[in-house]
Amino acid sequence: MTNIRNLIFSSKSYAILLTLFSVATSADWNALNMTQGVTEISKEVYELHMLIFWICVVIGLLVFGVLFYSMYAHTKKKNPIPATFHESTKIELVWTIIPFLILIAMAVPASKTLQNIYDVEAGDINIQVVGYQWHWQYRYLEDDISFFSYLMTDLDEIYNKVPKGENYLQEVDEMVLVPIGKKIRFLITANDVIHSWWIPAFAIKQDAIPGFINTAWTVIDEPGVYRGKCTELCGKNHAFMPIVVKAVEQEEYDLWVSEKRSAAIALAELTEEDWTKEELIERGEALYAKNCAACHQTNGQGLPPIFPSLVGSDIVLNNKDEQIKILMEGVQGSAMASFSYLSEVEMASVITYTRQSWGNAQKGDGEIVIPKDIVEYKQSKI
Amino acid sequence: MSAVVENHHDDHHHGPAKGLKRWLYTTNHKDIGTLYLWFSFAMFLIGGVMALVIRAELFQPGMQIVEPEFYNQMLTLHGLIMVFGAVMPAFVGLANWLVPMMIGAPDMALPRMNNLSFWILPFAFFVLLSSLFMDGGAPNFGWTFYAPLSTTYAPPSTTFFIFSVHIMGASSIMGSINVIVTIMNMRAPGITLMKMPLFVWAWLITAYLLIAVMPVLAGAVTMMLMDIHFGTSFFNAAGGGDPVLFQHIFWFFGHPEVYIMILPAFGIVSHIVETFSRKQLFGYSSMVWAMLSIAILSFVVWAHHMFTVGMPLAAELFFMWATMLIAVPTGVKVFNWVATMFKGSITFEVPMLFACAFIVLFTLGGFSGLMVAIVPADFQYHDTYFVVAHFHYVLVPGSVFSIMAAVYFWIPKWTGNMYDERLGRLHFWLSFIGVNVTFFPQHFIGLAGMPRRYPDYALQFADWNMVSSVGAFLFGFSQILFLFIVLKTVMGGKKATSEVWEGARGLEWTVESPAPYHTFTVPPKIN
Amino acid sequence: MSGGNYYIPDSSRYPIFAASSLFLLVMGAGGTINGTDNGSTILYIGFVSMLTTLFFWFRTVVKEHLAGLDSAQLKKSYVFGMAWFIFSEVMFFAAFFGALFYVRNFAVPWLAGEGEKGLAIEFVRDMGVDFWNGFQNTWPVLTTPDQGAAYTTPHKSMSFPGWSHLVEWLPLWNTIILLSSSVTVHFAHLGLKSGSRKKFNVWLGFTVGLAIIFLGLQAAEYYEAYAHYGLKLNSGIYGSTFFMLTGFHGFHVFLGCIMLSTMLARSVFFNHFEAHDHFGFEAASWYWHFVDVVWVMLFFFVYII
Ligand code: HEA
Ligand code: HEA
Ligand code: HEC
Ligand code: CUA
Ligand SMILES: [Cu+2]
Repeated sequence: MTNIRNLIFSSKSYAILLTLFSVATSADWNALNMTQGVTEISKEVYELHMLIFWICVVIGLLVFGVLFYSMYAHTKKKNPIPATFHESTKIELVWTIIPFLILIAMAVPASKTLQNIYDVEAGDINIQVVGYQWHWQYRYLEDDISFFSYLMTDLDEIYNKVPKGENYLQEVDEMVLVPIGKKIRFLITANDVIHSWWIPAFAIKQDAIPGFINTAWTVIDEPGVYRGKCTELCGKNHAFMPIVVKAVEQEEYDLWVSEKRSAAIALAELTEEDWTKEELIERGEALYAKNCAACHQTNGQGLPPIFPSLVGSDIVLNNKDEQIKILMEGVQGSAMASFSYLSEVEMASVITYTRQSWGNAQKGDGEIVIPKDIVEYKQSKI
Repeated sequence: MSAVVENHHDDHHHGPAKGLKRWLYTTNHKDIGTLYLWFSFAMFLIGGVMALVIRAELFQPGMQIVEPEFYNQMLTLHGLIMVFGAVMPAFVGLANWLVPMMIGAPDMALPRMNNLSFWILPFAFFVLLSSLFMDGGAPNFGWTFYAPLSTTYAPPSTTFFIFSVHIMGASSIMGSINVIVTIMNMRAPGITLMKMPLFVWAWLITAYLLIAVMPVLAGAVTMMLMDIHFGTSFFNAAGGGDPVLFQHIFWFFGHPEVYIMILPAFGIVSHIVETFSRKQLFGYSSMVWAMLSIAILSFVVWAHHMFTVGMPLAAELFFMWATMLIAVPTGVKVFNWVATMFKGSITFEVPMLFACAFIVLFTLGGFSGLMVAIVPADFQYHDTYFVVAHFHYVLVPGSVFSIMAAVYFWIPKWTGNMYDERLGRLHFWLSFIGVNVTFFPQHFIGLAGMPRRYPDYALQFADWNMVSSVGAFLFGFSQILFLFIVLKTVMGGKKATSEVWEGARGLEWTVESPAPYHTFTVPPKIN
Repeated sequence: MSGGNYYIPDSSRYPIFAASSLFLLVMGAGGTINGTDNGSTILYIGFVSMLTTLFFWFRTVVKEHLAGLDSAQLKKSYVFGMAWFIFSEVMFFAAFFGALFYVRNFAVPWLAGEGEKGLAIEFVRDMGVDFWNGFQNTWPVLTTPDQGAAYTTPHKSMSFPGWSHLVEWLPLWNTIILLSSSVTVHFAHLGLKSGSRKKFNVWLGFTVGLAIIFLGLQAAEYYEAYAHYGLKLNSGIYGSTFFMLTGFHGFHVFLGCIMLSTMLARSVFFNHFEAHDHFGFEAASWYWHFVDVVWVMLFFFVYII
């Protein structure tokens, strides 16, 4: 017994309590509530949230008030003889009907807001969002722009080797750029498993379901950078595929679009060039880390039996055509999806990289794959 | 001569057999109840340790203790073990101990099947836990195992997970059939349906829910098995199926499942509140009707877990309204408890402390449940810690507290000894504080935007995660005290009278403490 | 035995044996499917020990009954127990019927760009994205959305083939057979009630015979599907729902058939069952009627519409 008493009253316990208390007081209380966001809808949702919150608080105060009062005033000491009532149809009807009315009062604004959100018209700008394990792809349908967006936080930060930056886990290599004041519609889908695309500031959360398309739209009032996350468990790196949207003035957006387009043209020209092994390997290494290492691991050895090793794989050693096919088409019924969205240059580089690394070049035929091979493969399919 | 007839001549009105055989072969509802309760406590500790792994990793941002892959396995097993291993078997154990005694029956209706229902469970969880040691690791797709993460992208151990769910389901179905048949067929003359104790009512309804939804879960995992190994495409759009179909089937099971975990708690709390208020329960019949309405409504609200999968507007509206309606009968229950205490003559022994905490904290969890039912707002809450806070409030200070309250309340009847009141109080206060420190901050973290099932998080969530982790360890280690109190009571203590609690109502309080091995071999007379 | 007038069996070793057998069964099944060593051996051992346990367990129950240990009340427990077990089976089938309903009314039309959720798919297609292009909303689904596994004999689906081909349509014959078997099992029951063991045996024999013919025809239908129509378990969602629904039904017919044969054997060899005392048979016959009702649903939802 004294042990326990010691535990409760020891100075150590107080230290912990004190820490907890100081955390509680130093925390930024504003950041503890739902964000109001930057769109009309997100503000409506916030109002709704506050409305139901306060209704619950009031009901809670009433119910707990009576409860605590009984606990205080109707103890055996103060009220040795209990009352004997145990039924009253009248009062039971009252506390069935009143909550029902309260619920209607909540359901009406909720249903209205929901109807506003469910607008299926096309937007001024339509962006297809595709979830992958574990990054996002954005395709601007009108402008023929397409790119991937990866987590940019360094592994060293995640593994506590260096201090964490301000936007730890909320930063990407390429942001989604959109103009303010325009209706932007997102067409959300996925390539492998279910992901979910969430930006709190727009009150958009839609699941990305492989094979189906969900839609969401927004009109952003203020320029700014808005951060969101994947909110459906999608495998081990679920926490590491953030979303960053940057809303800018129309002019800046137009400029960005034209830059993106000329970059795409430049890339197409690259395909025609003659490539050396070294150039390909150099490009391939980064691409491999981004696209393949999640499954086949940085050392190429995969995680058998789920993800096969590429080191010493017969296909990687000696069967160039088969490897191109696997990467272009994916393997049915397995996690190995098609990577056909990679450009010809990228595809050739990543294949070459796997064929030249980890001693594969010495053990196999050592051949490289150049962008033209990919172009040929694509043509043979048509 | 057959074994049967030999048995017939064996020791009349005997006590239990000796040794291990007693537990392996028993057909006695009290033995089986005890087995269920100990099993569930063991699972609670295992599932709890997994929760502590989760909380330890989340103590600070960054990856410290486990890898994301293993985190997901812990998360999945924690959810599965707590739901199927800790809470459900605990309630079945209580049903075994109490239902026959409460209705004046000599035992459960089908005693051998009763034994089978229990002994499947240790095997099922052995299969599930053994997946931790298989190639590719344990299931890592959350306790809701959404396809295609749980099909095409799942580790090989998923096959064993599926079969483990199958036999758990078989166990639940057999257990529930037993409960229903016992209640329908074995009541002592005079106990009409509307005179049954509320715990019995709660279990009748719960058992019905279980028989209705466990087979659906079996169907869901069977389809998964076929998709993984035999080339069907139920959950694969490429073949004409739909991953969302999985979610519909799962939640058709899953939502009633959460009420399966709370209805028996409602029954328990009703008994305790009425006993320690020394006043008859307020509104018995509306309590029964409320539970029936909750059970029926629970079949038409499942898609409130799926508001973000992109259902058509009409479906979203329907499921929102239907879900909100459940607040009405649940409210009736809460109000009736409060009305029972009102003008009562209350004392606060440990069971009553837990029951009072249940009423307050479950209601808090109910409020956040109502909030997440509002579709537009759920677009912000869904899959964040706000939901985690919601369901832990209804499950931990809800279901788990009710189980602890029940143990304190009935343990004198089971063992013949009173528990240590002072230690019990200490356990209560540590648990009460621990639970709130753990789960209340999760509301804030969730509203601030932290998604659930994240092994690592952005810096703005750091403070409250730390608080939550401290609370989890406090709550977790307090449960060792609970174990100690129970063991101490089993070993000895102040002798309990038959009635145990002043003014306790119900047949179980008419037999001596500890209850004899066989009670009511002749049905009692009820007036 | 200590239950006053309600028979409470003393401790029994069958349940723990059954639980261990179940354990071996699932470990074995998992191992077999995953291709680990010894998987099929364990499966086999589990299977045999399960059957053995069940045999002895049921034998004990029968003996207890013959020894007069049970009461009307206990019989009522068995009746309730069987009824709720059948209810759980109904819910199992409900899951698969629900899946069929869902894919036909929602998933397949959506994937083909129809309905509320098809709009977005239509839209991206118009913008030049290939999203299941060419997939048609038909039932049976002839070519899957990914244009992969396809079963390509539209005029030869399992569905209603038109009046002129009525006679070759196996499901129709199966319906007739199964419905008649429900009638024959009822006749057997009547025979038993009227005290005629001979009538009982003959009609029950007929029923078992019909069950076997049904299973044979079902096998023939599967053979047709695989060999001639190219309709397989893996030919997309139509194959999935078709084979899973009819397959599980067939499996239940098989179980029912075994139950009825057991009852037949008990009557023929041991003269079990009396005019007013035949719960074992009744339970089996309820199961049989249940299987029959499921078939009627199947015939309607899988084959006709
Ligand atoms: C014991 C278990 C339990 C219980 C009882 C409940 C009760 C309720 N739950 Fe909860 N729920 C879970 C367990 C439970 N839940 C779990 C485990 C999950 C997560 C699953 C997962 O994704 O992993 C979940 C998730 C969940 C969701 C999905 C959230 C999301 O993922 O986005 C929703 C949405 O509607 C919901 C709603 C409700 C509602 C409306 C109730 C209602 O029954 C509550 C009713 C009670 C009250 C309202 C309080 C008392 C009433 C009054 C005092 C009367 C007056 C009140 C008013 C008029 C407001 N729950
Ligand atoms: C009844 C169900 C139940 C119960 C009781 C609990 C109890 C607890 N849960 Fe659980 N939880 C779920 C059901 C439950 N949970 C479900 C369904 C999920 C969702 C899973 C998913 O997303 O798929 C979840 C998810 C979940 C998360 C979210 C993880 C994430 O999304 O990333 C967290 C995080 O804090 C958490 C924490 C806890 C804690 C701290 C407890 C504490 O109450 C635990 C208390 C601790 C103990 C009881 C340990 C005691 C033991 C010891 C101290 C060791 C002693 C050792 C020996 C004697 C050998 N749970
Ligand atoms: C999401 C997981 C995943 C990613 C990402 C992935 N793969 Fe794979 N890969 C697999 C799986 C699983 C297989 C095994 C497929 C099978 O045969 O069943 C595979 C097979 C292969 C094979 C055939 C190996 C053999 O010996 O059979 C090659 C080559 C390959 N992948 C290359 C790549 C390259 C290059 C990349 C990146 C551009 C990549 N993979 C990205 C999961 C992945
Ligand atoms: Cu993608 Cu989570
Ligand atoms: Cu629910």
